[in-house]
Amino acid sequence: MILIDSISTFGEYLLLMKRVMSRPERWRIFFRQMLHEMFQLGVNSIPIVLLISFFIGAVICIQLKLNIESPWMPKMVVGYSTREILILEFSSSIMCLILAGKVGSNITSEIGTMRVTQQIDALEIMGVNSASFLILPKISALISMIPILVIFSIAAGTAGAFAIGKFTGIMTPEDLTIGLQYEFNQWFIWCSVIKSVAFAFIITSVSSFYGYRVTGGSLEVGKASTNAVVSCSALILFADMILTQLLMQ
Amino acid sequence: MIEISSIYKKFESQVVLNDISAVFENGKTNLIIGMSGAGKTVLLKCIVGLLTPDNGKVIYDGRNIITLGKKERHLMRREIGMLFQNAALFDSMSVLENVMFPLDMFSDMTYKERLERARFCLDRVNLIDAQEKYPDELSGGMQKRAAIARAIALEPKYLFCDEPNSGLDPQTSLIIDELIHDITKEYNITTVVNTHDMNSVMGIGDHILFLANGKLAWEGNKDNILNSNNETLNDFLFSSDLVRKVKEMGGK
Repeated sequence: MILIDSISTFGEYLLLMKRVMSRPERWRIFFRQMLHEMFQLGVNSIPIVLLISFFIGAVICIQLKLNIESPWMPKMVVGYSTREILILEFSSSIMCLILAGKVGSNITSEIGTMRVTQQIDALEIMGVNSASFLILPKISALISMIPILVIFSIAAGTAGAFAIGKFTGIMTPEDLTIGLQYEFNQWFIWCSVIKSVAFAFIITSVSSFYGYRVTGGSLEVGKASTNAVVSCSALILFADMILTQLLMQ
Repeated sequence: MIEISSIYKKFESQVVLNDISAVFENGKTNLIIGMSGAGKTVLLKCIVGLLTPDNGKVIYDGRNIITLGKKERHLMRREIGMLFQNAALFDSMSVLENVMFPLDMFSDMTYKERLERARFCLDRVNLIDAQEKYPDELSGGMQKRAAIARAIALEPKYLFCDEPNSGLDPQTSLIIDELIHDITKEYNITTVVNTHDMNSVMGIGDHILFLANGKLAWEGNKDNILNSNNETLNDFLFSSDLVRKVKEMGGK
């Protein structure tokens, strides 16, 4: 029964995506909405991304210093490991999990409220493809903003590691710099960006799907928001596993 | 003109609409009345194409909306204006932007022309002073008027109103009713109003359908509704003391 429900839900999701991926009725309005969403979903997320990444960068640095310190271990290992963790996992996957909570619930509640207050019906009556009109600008906006958020996150995490080294004295900025520069592989940055683009699609499309199919009232909108965040998180982790295998081979 | 024939709709095992046929003419305010749960909203949704009936036809001036292709149906919907029960204005837009929205989407007018048309529509519903306000800053009646302005912006051929008076005081209800009636006559459009407000029935009911338990129980107009012999209709009508007294006074 659960399997049949899951397949049915996935089918509904694909049908919705088919409607979403259609040519916008008016490009001018589409770009206006996309700009608005880039600000709402992207620019408004910059403070939380910077804040969380800064502290996580610092915490990673402390943990590595405390747990792998050994006379046999070169000092630059802390910087090297901090960089790899930030680039390969934190700034793409974990940051997108955080964004699934912030952006995903926002999208579901916005579209869900439009559904229960008949605003979506009003669009349909006018002859507007409501799925494409509401969801496509959100998907395009987050996909175009996510690489910037990833870069900001990597930068803020690195700054956090530097700050903790400088202000607590657990390691010198020079050792950290050597580690951060050691055998730097540019492809890892691309991996991070590619993964985050896929996660951005998951966050926006899945949360929009949950919002779009809400029936009932405010209670159902709340439940849909929770379900959207849970589903996005699970799907991000699942996609992370597959993408990591594909990209890092 | 809209013609519906043999509309049948059920949800799971419950039959909500059973063999409903009627003709809604141009320039007339057609009312669908009935008790809560009688199937009024489902019928209206079937007519506008938000729901697909299990059986029957909905013909808009020779075009059956049920069998139309997706593209044609989308194009046809641009000829439809609709006023929802809770107005359904877009929260993120001001009143002026709400009224301009259908023009932005579907007209080839210049910005100046669209602005002029939107202001004309707002002026028509006496809401020009509130054009910069957002929906949550408006009263219920003002929201309904803004929604009417949005519905008529593209000069529709068909206007649908789902319980336009719900949540409004009698005086505001009267203003909304008059507005709907005047617009219907002014543009010679086909208007279908779903209501259970007796003031609307007696005020603007050029053509009335009474639904009971998903069936068309009575059809007529405001002039003959009080003299009907239909028992279910009379139970519905005379549950209101006011209407009972009006009948006792000979309909005056």
